[in-house]
Amino acid sequence: MNVPENLKYTADHEWVRAERDGTVTVGITEHAQEQLGDLVFVEVPEVGRKLNAGDACCVVESVKAASDVFSPIAGEVVASNTALADAPEKVNQDPYATWLFRLKPADAGDLAKLLDAAAYREAVEAAGKG
Amino acid sequence: MHQTPLTAAHRRAGAKLVDFAGWEMPLHYGSQLEEHHAVRRDAGMFDTSHMLAVDLAARGDDARDLLRYALANDVAKLREPGRALYSCMLREDGGVLDDLIVYFLGDGRFRAIVNAATAGKDLAWLEKLRAERAPAVSLAPRRDLAIIAVQGPNARAKCWAALPETRAASEPLAPFCAADAAGLFIARTGYTGEDGFELLVPAARAEAAWNALAAASVRPCGLGARDTLRLEAGMNLYGQDMDETVTPLESGLAWTVDLAGPRDFVGKSALVAAGKPARAFLGLVALERSGVLRPHQAVRTEHGVGEITSGTFSPTMQRSIALARLPAGVALGETVRADVRGKPLAARAVKPPFVRHGKVLVRADE
Repeated sequence: MNVPENLKYTADHEWVRAERDGTVTVGITEHAQEQLGDLVFVEVPEVGRKLNAGDACCVVESVKAASDVFSPIAGEVVASNTALADAPEKVNQDPYATWLFRLKPADAGDLAKLLDAAAYREAVEAAGKG
Repeated sequence: MHQTPLTAAHRRAGAKLVDFAGWEMPLHYGSQLEEHHAVRRDAGMFDTSHMLAVDLAARGDDARDLLRYALANDVAKLREPGRALYSCMLREDGGVLDDLIVYFLGDGRFRAIVNAATAGKDLAWLEKLRAERAPAVSLAPRRDLAIIAVQGPNARAKCWAALPETRAASEPLAPFCAADAAGLFIARTGYTGEDGFELLVPAARAEAAWNALAAASVRPCGLGARDTLRLEAGMNLYGQDMDETVTPLESGLAWTVDLAGPRDFVGKSALVAAGKPARAFLGLVALERSGVLRPHQAVRTEHGVGEITSGTFSPTMQRSIALARLPAGVALGETVRADVRGKPLAARAVKPPFVRHGKVLVRADE
């Protein structure tokens, strides 16, 4: 399972990358795209939307099913990858290079509450066994 | 979980295996969309061994008479050996027990192919009718046969390249006809809207046949592509588009029910008594690209509320399509609105099929 060490993760299979300018970038993990199958539709949040941690803010829809993407931490949406509307397959092809949206965190300290690569890998493996 | 004679081959090929009606079956081998396109443009193959062939045989016309009573379509239409017929099998109240294909094998023998999830129920039902009406008929489930569906514009040619010994017997077959070919039963039928064959293969020979087809560049395809292909082809899926709670007349299957003739069959009196159905079974094409039509979504129309029974993203049309049970007043061409994740999505009512032989048959422009 490909889980890059330099990213943070949520139990809902989002990856989170801290940027130098203080914003965070959010996408879905390789495991998530694999579970969903071929994506055919992605709806990203509007720029300016204020989110609480755990808010459903994005929809990724595959041939099989629609799935919500949740905001990993509280913050304001500062950018959305609207290009995905015409190329949802990019999420399948390169999940860690294909971002969904960027947040300006309400509290930069919230990042520390997220899972690191080892903890995320363990969570996925534990769920697989259950 | 049950396994087919090909499950190990699927696992080796890297298939994502899922539980389908108690069977461990491939959902896809990497990309469901690419598998779909392979069938529309070239050739793909599906393991459908979870479905059950049931052979009925007797001296004389007993098996024919039994099936004429058990099925809503009339097997008397099958005059020459090898001909196939699609039919529903109904309950007394007209509800659909299953849909199936029945082949006439000649000499008082027939072969029905029924769905995996309903196979046990179907066998018990047929056994009950057999005991009551035609005890001379033998009823034999054929779990010794694997089933491989080879589908696509190049399917037949690749099939002959892979299994040359089957060509002489299968090349003359017209659509919806079958023949024995070098120990295989080959039918020019399918569930994709493309040309091709369905091969019934002795279990011990299944993997060799599968590998030979793969070597002839027939792409292995999973149940995911099978579902998008059959939906584009406007073909119903039992358990989703119809079940025991609805009649074939409410499921777009009136063409398979013979109500006019004198023949009696299980469910006929209930269908006649019910009269014209209050619900129509139509196709929907999404007019917006903001979501995917899915089963159980409500459909709002000027004539009342209906429901989607099957819905997906059509890889050929690059937009969402569905089959839906709608109030009978809805006209073809009318715009309706489906509830997609709490938002209305505009769709046009159309007559299925959506796609056949690689061509889009419905208007998809906004």
